[in-house]
Amino acid sequence: MADSALDVSQLSRRFDQRQILDHLDLCVAPGELVAIVGESGSGKSTLLNLIAGLDTPDAGKILISGQDLAVLDDDARTRLRRARLGFVFQSFHILPHLRVGQNIELPLVLLGVAAGERQQRVAELLAAVGLADRAASLPRELSGGELQRVAVARALVHRPVLVLADEPTGNLDAETAAMVMRLLVTQIRERGAAGVLVTHSAAAAALADRALLLSQGRLHPQNLAVG
Amino acid sequence: MLWIWWQLIIRYAWTYRLRSAVQVLAITVGVALGYAVSLINTAALAEFNAALREINGEADAVIEGSRAGFDEQLYARVASDPGVQLASPVLATDVLVAGSADEYPPRLTVLGIDVLRAAPLSPTLMGDASLSGEREASRFAIFGDGILLSPSALERFKLQVGDSLTVQAGSGTVELKVRGTLPGVRPGSLLGVMDLGFAQWRLGALGRLTRIDLRLADGVSLETLRARLALPPGVNLAGPDATGARLANLSRAYRVNLNVLALVALFTGGFLVFSLQAQATLARRAQFAWLRAAGLERGQLKRLLIAEALAIGAVGSLCGLFAGAAIAQAALTALGGDLGGGYFNVTRPALGFPLLTAAGFAVLGVLAAVAGSYLPAHEAAHTPPAAALHAGGEEDVLRPLGRIWPGLVLLGVAAVLLSLPPVSGVPVPAYLAIAAILIGAIALQPRIARLLSRPLADWLQHARVGTRAPTLLLAANRMVQAPGAAAIAMAGIVASFGLMVAMGTMVSSFRGTLDGWLVQVLPADLYARVGLSMTDAWLSPADMQRIRTHPGVLRVEFSRATPLQLAADRAAVVVVARTIDATDPGAALPLVGRPLAWQPDQPPPVWVSEAMVDLYGARVGGILHLPLAGGLHPFIVLGVWRDYARQFGSVAMRAEDYQRITGDSTRTDAAIWLRPGVRAADVSRDLLQTLDSREVIELRAPAEIRALSLRIFDRSFAVTYVLEAAAILIGMIGVAATFSSQAMARSREFGMLRHIGVTRGQILRVLALEGALATLNAIVVGLLAGLVIALVLIRVVNPQSFHWSMQLIVPLELIAGLIAALLVCATGTAAIAGRRATGSSPLRAVHEDW
Repeated sequence: MADSALDVSQLSRRFDQRQILDHLDLCVAPGELVAIVGESGSGKSTLLNLIAGLDTPDAGKILISGQDLAVLDDDARTRLRRARLGFVFQSFHILPHLRVGQNIELPLVLLGVAAGERQQRVAELLAAVGLADRAASLPRELSGGELQRVAVARALVHRPVLVLADEPTGNLDAETAAMVMRLLVTQIRERGAAGVLVTHSAAAAALADRALLLSQGRLHPQNLAVG
Repeated sequence: MLWIWWQLIIRYAWTYRLRSAVQVLAITVGVALGYAVSLINTAALAEFNAALREINGEADAVIEGSRAGFDEQLYARVASDPGVQLASPVLATDVLVAGSADEYPPRLTVLGIDVLRAAPLSPTLMGDASLSGEREASRFAIFGDGILLSPSALERFKLQVGDSLTVQAGSGTVELKVRGTLPGVRPGSLLGVMDLGFAQWRLGALGRLTRIDLRLADGVSLETLRARLALPPGVNLAGPDATGARLANLSRAYRVNLNVLALVALFTGGFLVFSLQAQATLARRAQFAWLRAAGLERGQLKRLLIAEALAIGAVGSLCGLFAGAAIAQAALTALGGDLGGGYFNVTRPALGFPLLTAAGFAVLGVLAAVAGSYLPAHEAAHTPPAAALHAGGEEDVLRPLGRIWPGLVLLGVAAVLLSLPPVSGVPVPAYLAIAAILIGAIALQPRIARLLSRPLADWLQHARVGTRAPTLLLAANRMVQAPGAAAIAMAGIVASFGLMVAMGTMVSSFRGTLDGWLVQVLPADLYARVGLSMTDAWLSPADMQRIRTHPGVLRVEFSRATPLQLAADRAAVVVVARTIDATDPGAALPLVGRPLAWQPDQPPPVWVSEAMVDLYGARVGGILHLPLAGGLHPFIVLGVWRDYARQFGSVAMRAEDYQRITGDSTRTDAAIWLRPGVRAADVSRDLLQTLDSREVIELRAPAEIRALSLRIFDRSFAVTYVLEAAAILIGMIGVAATFSSQAMARSREFGMLRHIGVTRGQILRVLALEGALATLNAIVVGLLAGLVIALVLIRVVNPQSFHWSMQLIVPLELIAGLIAALLVCATGTAAIAGRRATGSSPLRAVHEDW
């Protein structure tokens, strides 16, 4: 148990008489990438929100690197997110008035990392996502694909244990989406992080170590082969 | 955190420079107006005190009666008291200077002093006789039959040493020789010094003193001396600062009122900060949610946003202090020390910049910004990040604004506050109640918006006009579905419009009631008055006879006004002795409520003004003791009358009672009824040629007095209008800024609308209609709140501050004009803001990140 990056057991969540998650179990090992697919409204985003500690389950337990979220108050959950989680969203959520480099630097600032190291890590990530020359650009000067690459860099710059990606390619065209997804998976693997990837895309899910279908509030193994 | 604060707050502020500038400007204007008014009042009060010290000199204590003075025999008793080291008798009076080309004869303060006794206490009053060109060795020799004038008086009256000065005295005029100057007297002070005996003789005050300045023997306290001297009624022993303290007391309510009014701009500015901060927080909702998801604690986010408000408040306050100092300097140069209240008769006081006052206003400015930002900051910190990370749902965040209980609680608090008495004569609870009413009304605004808009939207949904004008339907639906957003935009307008309606109604009520009162108290065709301080001049028997026997005069009623000092720390009240029929006092006085009938076995009757009831506890049916002719005399109070002419109290009594008790048969005023067909101007001209007091008598027709009174009234309230206009300007800027901000935030929505075929023009029309509907709603709420606040001003604040009651007169034309102006401005502003928001490509708009 203690070896898992994420351990979810018997997780339930209900909204307005509707059972979204029903005694759901999920275990993600360190370095493992799990894709979760499912129909709209099946509860994929709800599951991610619960894992991130942004929402509270009606029942069940969530452990991140062995840390039980239920025993943490709001501030402690926040500190845990700050240190161990990384996020990539469908809407890129890049702060529009900060430059690209500053956006990526932000998680490190929150963690109190010294300026020199921050610069070094930002440069490294920018190079890794192929935006080494865009550090000083403003978000409005970037394309959608570039913005999502910035988001990927920002999600990994503080070396999280677990990266949560919610439809990371939903706003991108197919070609860019494939490129960004490959980049995301590669970077997560290179940095030894675990990942939970919520997606509609079978192609994206096929890049993961395993894929699970969220249906009827539970996860079911899914065999996704991409030709 | 500093990095985050700098990057997220300051850079954001720089990115949205206009929004930030408007917020800073709102605080700047508020602080500037408040600080300027405070500086001017402080400077005027300080100048008055300095002038007072000049006149009073270095006395330890002062025995003082009213301007009518007291018997000089008291001086001998005081001077021989072992507790008194030195006693200096003084006759202080204001006289009118004749021969001026001015519309109103200028006023000169004349002090009659005993040179030998005054020299140690008031060296500045000794003067410089060498300038007289005479060769007397002793400077005291000039005090015979002359007067020493301050340099400003010489300049004002265009005189030189050796010239003659004609002033009004008693029932005529006297000529005085200018013997020298008073070089030590402050610039701007119109002062003359005479020998006491000579002043008493020539100014018609033989045997009278108004003051005795004292230097006390070592170890003697005021209390001991007061007990030993047993001063006659109406004469008080007080410390040297008593007069200054009295002016501070009597002008306190006025100064506080003006300061509160000046702070209205800051209050409105606080709402503007709220509007813009709420909007900015809403726009950054997803950013904050990401930050929370990325590890920024709830408290850290809240502190970050409060720090943003602190920065706005600090910059705004700093700019406000500089602007306020500049405004105060300009106002002092242009207007002198008096802002219209007439309390500070000083010329061009020097401006001081007390650090504590500046700090106080800076803190107020910062507090206004923080108060305006607190709610948005709190909401941002408590918004669940999961919900905020997804687009939409902004109105859910604003849903708490639709709660009805905070508004109702605030209105309840206001009701409780209104039942509380004033604090030290200042209606502090009533001011707090006004703030509670206003904030309560703003809190209820979303609910009222929904209530008002729903029937319109429902009707449009089914009516043909809704189909023909889909833009109106869209606008009405948004008001129903998103009243919170409109409420945020309109908070500043509700505040400023509500206060404008309240102030306009109060001023209109006051002016209308004053006008009606003037008609009521001026029934005659012509009025005559002599003298300024009611004691130094009067109509001679010969003049009275001349008026009475003028062929054009049908009837004359003479009256006498006499000041009485009832309390050392208050202004003198005025006794008005005139023709009053005790069985029908309403024929002579504008009574408030029903008077009691007088029974011959009761003490002589009096009718008191409303201020006597508030300040001295006079009650109808009660006994009032008045210090007249050196004794305390009982009177029965039979009724209360409205007297706008004398704020600090007046007592009307029958002329025969006054004369019997005091033995004073002189009269200061005359109401003259003319024969049919006779013109007031002709009679005035005749009298001004024949009366002894022609140089200084004022003869005016009632219409002239009314016009003059209303002109003075308008001047008094001019500063009110300026301050109110500033508040509404801030409100309008707020509307422009929030509409602009909201429109930009909705660019994605507009992009989507354009995708589905809505034209840019239609979107602009929707925005304009939304602006109009939101403004209409704000107008309804502001109007209701304003009228309630007007009632509070009329029924509570004015009676508690100035002891005046008045009728409610709503200025319909002013309000209609304001509504029209607001609607035009808001609709136009909303449309202009929309042009910017819909200017970008719809493709870009729907893909916009935030």
